[in-house]
Amino acid sequence: MIEFKLPSLGADMDEGTLLEWRVKPGDAVKKGQVIAVVDTAKAAVDIECWQDGTIVELLAEVGQKMPVGTVMATLLEAGEKSLPSLPASLPQGERGGSQLPSPLAGEGLRERGNAPAQRRMISPAARKHAAEKGVDLDSLTGSGPHGAVILADVETAAAQGAAAASRPAVAATTEVPSAEKGAARIAAMRQAIATAMARSKREIPHYYVSEDIPLARALAWLQTANSQRSMAERLLPAVLLLKAVAVTLRGYPELNGWWRDGSFVTAERSNPGVAISLRQGGLIAPALLDAGSKPLTQLMQELTDLVQRARAGSLRSSELTDGTITVTNLGDQGTQTVFGVIYPPQVALVGFGRIVERPWAEDGGLKVLPVVTASLAADHRVSDGHRGALFLRELAELLQHPEELDKEAS
Amino acid sequence: MTQADIRAVVLATLQSIAPEVETDALSGDRPLRNQVDLDSMDWLNFLLGLNKQLKVEIPEADYRKLVTLDDVVAYLQAKVG
Repeated sequence: MIEFKLPSLGADMDEGTLLEWRVKPGDAVKKGQVIAVVDTAKAAVDIECWQDGTIVELLAEVGQKMPVGTVMATLLEAGEKSLPSLPASLPQGERGGSQLPSPLAGEGLRERGNAPAQRRMISPAARKHAAEKGVDLDSLTGSGPHGAVILADVETAAAQGAAAASRPAVAATTEVPSAEKGAARIAAMRQAIATAMARSKREIPHYYVSEDIPLARALAWLQTANSQRSMAERLLPAVLLLKAVAVTLRGYPELNGWWRDGSFVTAERSNPGVAISLRQGGLIAPALLDAGSKPLTQLMQELTDLVQRARAGSLRSSELTDGTITVTNLGDQGTQTVFGVIYPPQVALVGFGRIVERPWAEDGGLKVLPVVTASLAADHRVSDGHRGALFLRELAELLQHPEELDKEAS
Repeated sequence: MTQADIRAVVLATLQSIAPEVETDALSGDRPLRNQVDLDSMDWLNFLLGLNKQLKVEIPEADYRKLVTLDDVVAYLQAKVG
């Protein structure tokens, strides 16, 4: 018997509220399958199962607020026989080994499509919109693939509902609570960020290095590549930078992983968490899994999807737990330099400022080139400034060969 | 399409990307991205939305022409014809 506990979804998350079960007792579940949706201070998170099994009992109730580590359900391992005499809820303890979802449970990305037929498929955007508008999802007929309820269905239902109801009364009763809820969510998000960042500054001895990287070649390469692509397939410089970080990290395992229980654990792959600012304030840094081995086109699609879902408040648990480093990119509206605060239990953060044309001295001459300042904040318990500096120099060198970054698999 | 039609499409697309924006408060002749917080991904999605609705291809080389709201509307109108 396995106890499925509410996993920690990051240093800034210590409790969650169960919004929905996606499984019922008797269901076979696969590793990476979404079994529940839990609301946190930052987003509604699709909780993925970390191994194959069969659901025995659902212990957590919808609407229940629970701390990380709460046993939410019990499962039988594949091949394990049901033991009716066994109490359904085992005492809290070391049973079942690590209760964290396995790192790199990237299968979740693909498992989604072949979910059991009996499960109602509702897009995260639809769910969020329905909650905001008070639309009953059970009453809707889905018009998406395989009968999935999509945002348009909810919008139609919300519009019909609003038209049918007497307007002034509805507006008065629904808008006030939703604004209050929004304010409460922003306050919770600020508190979550405060907790994680205070812990980081208290526990992690940060050191910082930075390097100006000329991007003339990278941007020229990107311009040529984009001129041959349709608008929907165009690449942003951010994708090139992310891939370059992930590839360079291969030679610097001491920057890629987690500080856990007093020692450093190197991650096998690099899953850069992408800091995404949210429109209502605050930020979240879900991971792009195994970014180093993915072609740029795929990374761009995944980044677009990640930003959209982060802003819609719908992410998967593996995306919040599997980040091995954070990349913050201020983009073209930002300042030239950013020094970040490491997101525990990670041990490093790479920051990119705005790309700007600057005077650049080279080979005894002076040119004007697009340049980005890359910075590294890293954990001195694990690495030293010398290695951190080498990492940035190697990153700068790799970005002079952008074509290398577009190899299908490297 | 009239200029007003195109402007309506542009504002609706903008609002789908940045729901908090008050379109009435935007000045047509000031840089759009000084008035609305759009990062590079938002900007790409904004142009992509216009591309889908108006069937207008916007080459990257033309981005620099699209600074103010009025620029965007005029550019699209010239393309839509």
